[in-house]
Amino acid sequence: MFGLDAFHLARTQFAFTVMAHIIFPALSIGLASYLAVLEGMWLRTGQRVYLDLFKYWLKPFSLVFGMGVVSGLVMSYQFGTNWSVFSDKAGPVIGPLMGYEVLSAFFLEAGFLGVMLFGMEKVGPKLHFAATCVVAFGTLLSAFWILVVNSWMQTPVGFTLDADGRFLPADWLAIIFNPSFPVRFPHMVLASYLSVAFVVGATGAWHVLSDKRNEAARTMFSMAMWMAALAAPAQVLVGDAHGLNTLQYQPAKIAAMEGHYEAHDGAPLILFGIPHDDTATMDYEIAIPHLSSLILTHQWNGHTPGLNDFKPEDRPSAEILFWTFRIMVGLGSAMVLLGAASLFLRWKRKLYDSKLMLYASLAMAPSGLIALLAGWVTTEVGRQPYTVYGVLRTAQSVSPIGAPGLAVSLTAFVLVYLLVFGAGVGLVLRLLANPPTRGEHGPSSHPARAHGIVPGPVIAAE
Amino acid sequence: MDLPIIWAGLIAFAVLAYVVLDGFDLGVGILFGVERGATERDTMVNSIAPVWDGNETWLVLGGGGLFAVFPLAYATILPALYPAIIGMLLGLVFRGVAFEFRFRATTNWGRLAWDYSFAMGSTFAAFCQGLALGGLLQGIKIEGRGYAGGWWDWLTPFTVLCGFALVVGYALLGATWLIWRTDGPLQARCRAYAIKLGIATLSLIGIVSLWTPFLHPRFLERWFHWPGIALTSPVPLLMALLAWLGWKALHNANSHIRPFACALGWFVLCFAGLGISMFPLMVPPSITIWDAAAPYDSQLFLLVGASVLVPIILGYTGYAYWVFRGKVKPGVHYH
Repeated sequence: MFGLDAFHLARTQFAFTVMAHIIFPALSIGLASYLAVLEGMWLRTGQRVYLDLFKYWLKPFSLVFGMGVVSGLVMSYQFGTNWSVFSDKAGPVIGPLMGYEVLSAFFLEAGFLGVMLFGMEKVGPKLHFAATCVVAFGTLLSAFWILVVNSWMQTPVGFTLDADGRFLPADWLAIIFNPSFPVRFPHMVLASYLSVAFVVGATGAWHVLSDKRNEAARTMFSMAMWMAALAAPAQVLVGDAHGLNTLQYQPAKIAAMEGHYEAHDGAPLILFGIPHDDTATMDYEIAIPHLSSLILTHQWNGHTPGLNDFKPEDRPSAEILFWTFRIMVGLGSAMVLLGAASLFLRWKRKLYDSKLMLYASLAMAPSGLIALLAGWVTTEVGRQPYTVYGVLRTAQSVSPIGAPGLAVSLTAFVLVYLLVFGAGVGLVLRLLANPPTRGEHGPSSHPARAHGIVPGPVIAAE
Repeated sequence: MDLPIIWAGLIAFAVLAYVVLDGFDLGVGILFGVERGATERDTMVNSIAPVWDGNETWLVLGGGGLFAVFPLAYATILPALYPAIIGMLLGLVFRGVAFEFRFRATTNWGRLAWDYSFAMGSTFAAFCQGLALGGLLQGIKIEGRGYAGGWWDWLTPFTVLCGFALVVGYALLGATWLIWRTDGPLQARCRAYAIKLGIATLSLIGIVSLWTPFLHPRFLERWFHWPGIALTSPVPLLMALLAWLGWKALHNANSHIRPFACALGWFVLCFAGLGISMFPLMVPPSITIWDAAAPYDSQLFLLVGASVLVPIILGYTGYAYWVFRGKVKPGVHYH
């Protein structure tokens, strides 16, 4: 479906840079909260293992956060470089919202990050804990604003259009708390927490497998499994609410996700099939009767839309959405299962003994992130062919940049991102390959860095 | 109250804050080209490690703020300067991660590769920023509400000169920052760099300043005709004063913060000069601050938040700098 014209190159470039970006903030959101919990537990209980874990996870956090900052910087300019018409028209509404994100969240995170990473000895544990909490709060606030923007693009309200087709804000509260925001925001926060839970869980499992007595490894594994057991079922409930919301406001998206070309009363849930958008048919369909209607309308014979209800030029691609939605739901189900298994094994007091459980946790390491990306592709591709749903078409949003320029910059982005973020992810994995140790040191205690930034105590303690 | 004017001032403040703050840490990266010792490089990076994130956030505010309150400027400047902007972003990606990665590299080769990325990324980002600045100053061709110029419009002798000028100027900021934050032989060498860089910066400022008025007739009028000259003449006079103060401070081994303060002063004055040339244009030669402005409601909505949040930001940014105050000690190695 992607020809090499400027329009598709602009879309490909945005999709690539935003997908590469979202991985890092998702991990930052989850890790910052996790670090705040660890430091809080350490201050409350005085147990050394929580401080060790805090310092252990602080190192990958600093790398992940740095990668999030630089890839996010690119995003803040992509709107103007690739989607300048959209920026001009929708800017009056979404610009100030992003302005609030920068002013209220980015500065907060960046301002206190230095203290969080390097300042323990300079400001003392209490103030340091405050800095950690501020950073964690900043990541959540940032998610709040960016999801306000995204939700408004999905379910735009509270605006009027002027003669130039510009969106003029009419009611800021309506814009901020637009119809899909209340489900989208918790969905994303839970997704971030789950992404981190499975990365932490896999790291813990890996080190428990090689040394069952490593207390820090056991603790991180246990904490991650608590998160999985609690957050995964919660995510199912939020996801269900999200589906109902999308059915109400973006029925074409739901039809594409379900792979329904025809409207139904009592729609089947298609488990497998190969959708073809040009013929509007589904091959090799395996389906459970009535289940889709039951899920979406909570009624046995509830009415669900089909893509054929919409003009061909107004439809999102079922060929993409059908699959990405199934990847997300499939992984989500596996997460619920793993969480339930952890509860059972905990009850049997065999959480750290079951090889199967540990290997399963290891295999699930990227599940949260993959599900998160699949979910974002579902909702963003499902918004097509619009940037502002139902009002401004994507084809009318693009910058007047020629295809050669976009092709060159896209190639440069792909090469640089693969090199830089590939190396970064490699470094994170190498950090995680080291087991957590007693007396773990933080990012500042690399020999060179420690003497530079934090003289004295850290080194003296070793 | 004239909201677009207030916002133009705030955006200008954000860009200036970015230029001076990220300027010195980009400058530290540029100086990697001449400081090759591993210990010195660690000290240099350690002097900026706790603050660079915050410094770079001002660039996000510059871009995001423009999007929020002057969407037409955002939507025309970025396509017009596309290659320079993309180049700047890629340079910043490299140097931003090189910061963190160089400390984690396990081989000498890996560490050198990231050092190299840090130096090249910093230099390239600075050069592209200069290109973008020059490109904006020399003017952007607009039709309707969009960029109507060609692919290479931004590349002229003037913009290339601006690119070099910014690299040299940032290197000066970096060198004077290190005079302030380090001591011993590194500080002494930075003093020597700063003297050469100071001369080069002043010369380049001179050339760019003399060239700029001839880009557009209205710039010329502003600078060399009454009554504009009453407003403009203090800028070069103050510049001369600060140049003299900077020169004295650089040659005084007991001055630590003064060279940096003077270099900052030079940047502020250049920025004021830019503002004098451009006002009331936002995108020369045709789009004014009022043309580019978002609707009143959009500007007001964000201004309410900004008037509370910007002072708070300045407060805790100051706090973060305060926590990490003082000279950075050179590293001692275990082996």
